[in-house]
Amino acid sequence: MPVKVCAVTIDQAVCKQCGICVAFCPKDVLVADKEGQVEVAYLEECSGCLMCELLCPELAINVDIAE
Amino acid sequence: MAKVAIKKTSEIRAEYYRPNSFPTIWCPGCGIGNVVASMVRAIDTVGLKHDDTVVVTGIGCSGIIYNYLNFDAYHGIHGRAIPVAVGLKLANPRLNVIVPMGDGDSSAIGGNHLIHAARRNIDITAIVVNNSTYGNTGGQFSPLTPTGSITTTSPFGNIENSFDLCELAKGAGATYVARGATYYSRQMIDLIANGIRHKGFSLIEVISQCPVQYGRRNKLPTAVDLLKWQKENTVSVTRAKTMSPEELKGKFIIGELVNIEAPDQEYTARYERLIEKARSGGKS
Ligand code: SF4
Ligand code: SF4
Ligand code: SF4
Repeated sequence: MPVKVCAVTIDQAVCKQCGICVAFCPKDVLVADKEGQVEVAYLEECSGCLMCELLCPELAINVDIAE
Repeated sequence: MAKVAIKKTSEIRAEYYRPNSFPTIWCPGCGIGNVVASMVRAIDTVGLKHDDTVVVTGIGCSGIIYNYLNFDAYHGIHGRAIPVAVGLKLANPRLNVIVPMGDGDSSAIGGNHLIHAARRNIDITAIVVNNSTYGNTGGQFSPLTPTGSITTTSPFGNIENSFDLCELAKGAGATYVARGATYYSRQMIDLIANGIRHKGFSLIEVISQCPVQYGRRNKLPTAVDLLKWQKENTVSVTRAKTMSPEELKGKFIIGELVNIEAPDQEYTARYERLIEKARSGGKS
């Protein structure tokens, strides 16, 4: 059964725009805009792998997966 | 290896970090944040109680780790995190003593302390954030900086050989030795958790990224570049067994390297027996 994902939330007040989550998301869900701000652009592609959440050095990402 | 149950980051932040910890003082993309997060997740996985856990740090960018955590902590002096940790453990063997340090702190200034704590096999968990440089003081080379690297003290390339810290700890008598990398976060959590569970001296070296002081000077200017470098330059213990010494040159072997179960040989256990013996007039 495919994992159903509710939401990927980025704490923008904490994010330092290091680009790690954008570079290593295997599904290219996250995109940085011109200023480097990370946006959740393609949420429907998210597999819930938690790569972004676990690699963020600032603990700024939460991936909420529906049970 | 047991699969790590991943707790929500928001819960981890609320339970283990002090309020207003984020954003941290570390540069964007700095791997210290990754190591601390994995350390905290490992503590959570093992289920250590806040009251029974102490974090001891040294100096440098990693020295500030204590500042963010909800544990009793001791910010030691340069290179002396291990002596403080050993003192705490001997005074109260019930404590879980966790010692995150930088590569310079642990292998140069505190190198002597590290090998003797390993030799004594005292039950503390040493975590070395190895980002190949002294970040805090301006990017000098440390004993773990790879040969050839450009640093502020080796502008034409480092001519020194680096320590293999894991081999050093193993040779000195550490009973749990592992190497991880910040890119492999799940494995890092496992390795640290097993180090905490282990009764005896544990050393976990984590290959980490310092984009600002190290990467920038070595054609790896961003955290992303350094993490990609990790992917290309680390090999698992299993794969390493199939590779020749030439193929392994310049590669870092990651995984569990030593795990010797001998709880009665641990230092505080021995010390306990010594006290018993002294009390019974040296007879038992
Ligand atoms: S990894 Fe974290 S700090 Fe870095 S850009 Fe992504 S959300 Fe921001
Ligand atoms: S959980 Fe995985 S797929 Fe989803 S955004 Fe994060 S890294 Fe991408
Ligand atoms: S100087 Fe390097 S180690 Fe220190 S905070 Fe910056 S990136 Fe991290």
